[in-house]
Amino acid sequence: MSSSRSLAPLAEPHGQRQSTVEQLRARVAAMEHKVAGEPVPTLPGLTDIVPLHAGSTYAVDSASLALALAAGASRAGEWVGFAGCGDFGAEAAAELGIELSRTVLVPDPGEHWLEVTAALVDVLRVVVLRPPASVTARAAGVLDSRLRTRSAVLVVHGEWPRAVARLSVESSSWFGPTAGSGRLVERRASITVHRGARPPARADLTWPGVHRAREAVREIRVSG
Amino acid sequence: MRVMVVWCPDWSVVAALEEAERSLRSPAAVMHANLVEVCNGPARDEGVRRGQRRRDAQARCPELLLLSANPDRDARAFEPVLGIIEDLRPGVAALRPGLLAVRAPGSWYGTETKAAAVASEALVQGGIWDVRVGIADDLFTAEQAARTADVQSWVVVDEGGSAAFLRGLPVHVLQDEGARGRELVSLLQRLGLRTLGDLADLPGDAVEHRLGTYGAAVRRRARGEDRELFAARTPPPELEADVAFETPLDNVEAITFSVRTTAERFITQLAHHQLVATAVRVEAESEGVVCSSRAWLHPRHFNARDLVDRVHWQLQGAGSTSRVGAALRGRKQAGEVRAPIDRVRFVPETVEPAAAHGEALWGTASDDLVERGVARVQGMVGFEAVRRPVLQGGRSPAARQALVPWGERAVDLRPVDRPWPGRVPGPAPVRVFATPPVAEVVDDAGRDVRVTDRGVVTGELRRFRVREGGESLPWQPVTAWAGPWPTDESWWSAGGGPSARFQVVGADGRAWLLLRAPEGWALEAGYD
Repeated sequence: MSSSRSLAPLAEPHGQRQSTVEQLRARVAAMEHKVAGEPVPTLPGLTDIVPLHAGSTYAVDSASLALALAAGASRAGEWVGFAGCGDFGAEAAAELGIELSRTVLVPDPGEHWLEVTAALVDVLRVVVLRPPASVTARAAGVLDSRLRTRSAVLVVHGEWPRAVARLSVESSSWFGPTAGSGRLVERRASITVHRGARPPARADLTWPGVHRAREAVREIRVSG
Repeated sequence: MRVMVVWCPDWSVVAALEEAERSLRSPAAVMHANLVEVCNGPARDEGVRRGQRRRDAQARCPELLLLSANPDRDARAFEPVLGIIEDLRPGVAALRPGLLAVRAPGSWYGTETKAAAVASEALVQGGIWDVRVGIADDLFTAEQAARTADVQSWVVVDEGGSAAFLRGLPVHVLQDEGARGRELVSLLQRLGLRTLGDLADLPGDAVEHRLGTYGAAVRRRARGEDRELFAARTPPPELEADVAFETPLDNVEAITFSVRTTAERFITQLAHHQLVATAVRVEAESEGVVCSSRAWLHPRHFNARDLVDRVHWQLQGAGSTSRVGAALRGRKQAGEVRAPIDRVRFVPETVEPAAAHGEALWGTASDDLVERGVARVQGMVGFEAVRRPVLQGGRSPAARQALVPWGERAVDLRPVDRPWPGRVPGPAPVRVFATPPVAEVVDDAGRDVRVTDRGVVTGELRRFRVREGGESLPWQPVTAWAGPWPTDESWWSAGGGPSARFQVVGADGRAWLLLRAPEGWALEAGYD
């Protein structure tokens, strides 16, 4: 891989060589220090509604949304982890593009959930946490301050005192089955994103694969 | 140079019988391609011969034990024999399983007869009953001398006496040299040459002219003129490493601290031979008895830090009174081990060439970082609490995945690329419950929905509810459902029984995978 990349620029014009150098420089910079706040790759369907930034916490209320948020980074070659998700569906994760060989699972951290998550945040890019029923503001604060110095994203499936954005499924419907015949084919869900005091944003997503629903695109065309 | 040859007759039968844990006195034959390849003494007494067909051999000796040929097994079983002789005299050459050669250790043991006696005694003590030793000037004569010797006995051919010794031997001793030898024996017999002496008396150029180079080589050997050398093997390197504690240690932390340098030595020693270990057995001894032994597999290969971690987990696991791999342990009792440990040993179970595990040019620094971070989490919650998901084949969503402990290699996975009839189609469920909660599904009249033996659903699925932690959640109407996907798994081992799966969409737009087993409904997975 590296040989073809390093040989190719020699045959190309000056400008392209320059851009390759820039790319490598960016890569080296990324290896040397990862600054909090830098963008973390997300799935194409989610990039504009929830751009992920390192060092932030995002709350979701559905396991498939949590999986979708982690999938982008994993597709881009990053490590992801799941803490407290005892019902992790490996096949669904693989279908979404999560590389299972770069996935760390702590199905039941028990009372050590805070330490485990903090340790995972140190080394992984996206950590999905399903916290116990009650999370104190202090515990959340400890994790938040840890996050700020790292380049990880925390996705919480459940309640969390402070989150940059909160994604929730407003309505969901499945296409395919009727009364006995057919099978699950496609799911359509409308997602609401609450971001602090801003008005909530809405988007329609379809599964499998987490894409924007076609109707939404058409609406934008009509309004534009 | 004097040569000593040790011959263990019918070695493949001996090795196969030992592996099968059968008596060496029972008639047995090793079969290859439906022909007898080797048979032992008791079978020969009944009339079984090499090259016989299976049914002929069984007709001669109905109680004949038929064993399959396995050259690897023969070589493996011969390894201890080489070891025993190597202890007496280094420079052993394994000619083939059952036959070894070594330079005759003469003067050290007094005479060659004494040396042969010492060798055969050592082997008999090692459990090899049928052993014959021959000593002569050259390899061929020594082998023939060993073949003429009796059980646990020896024949020494004096210096310069090879030709005289070989003269009297019949030509069919060459039959053991394979197809080429058998062909030559047949030809010599047809020419009226009965003994090796007859062949040796013929003029050399005439033999080479008529019988080719092989015939000429045999003639030279028969005259005792062949000085064929053998390549002594290099003994396999000792790769184990162990550390003894003068005062037995009873604290895991102290032990892990003390094994660090040994683990490093173990890894460097392997690296010196350009090897890496992918499976290592860690043994801990208490008062000279191995009290804890476990094989650890590594997804890539072990380094010193990994080994120290494995020792920690193993001893911690053995010491805790709760079940092994319990997710959480109190920090106080975590450090104690059951018995004071006075020795820890690392045994490489699988080693591979280091070249196959080289690192990429761009480096794997971040992967190393992750490994270290995850090892820290394992230190907090226990080795088996951190998992790595892998896919495997199966019908239910839970069977289609496996959660392998981090740092272990996945073994015994079902293949994914088989059709698995009966598996539920459509997107894979996001939530797969390890222990499916009990559910209830009823039809319009409030009756439990069943699936008959012929796969017929007894009613429309109308409402369902899930029991969670002893109490039932409220009923939920079913807006759509699909199924059944019937399976009948593991009926041969009293598992499962005929069951069927349904995809059910609830009123809130969430879909679930429900299983109807003979004992009732269960919620297997959620599409959430």
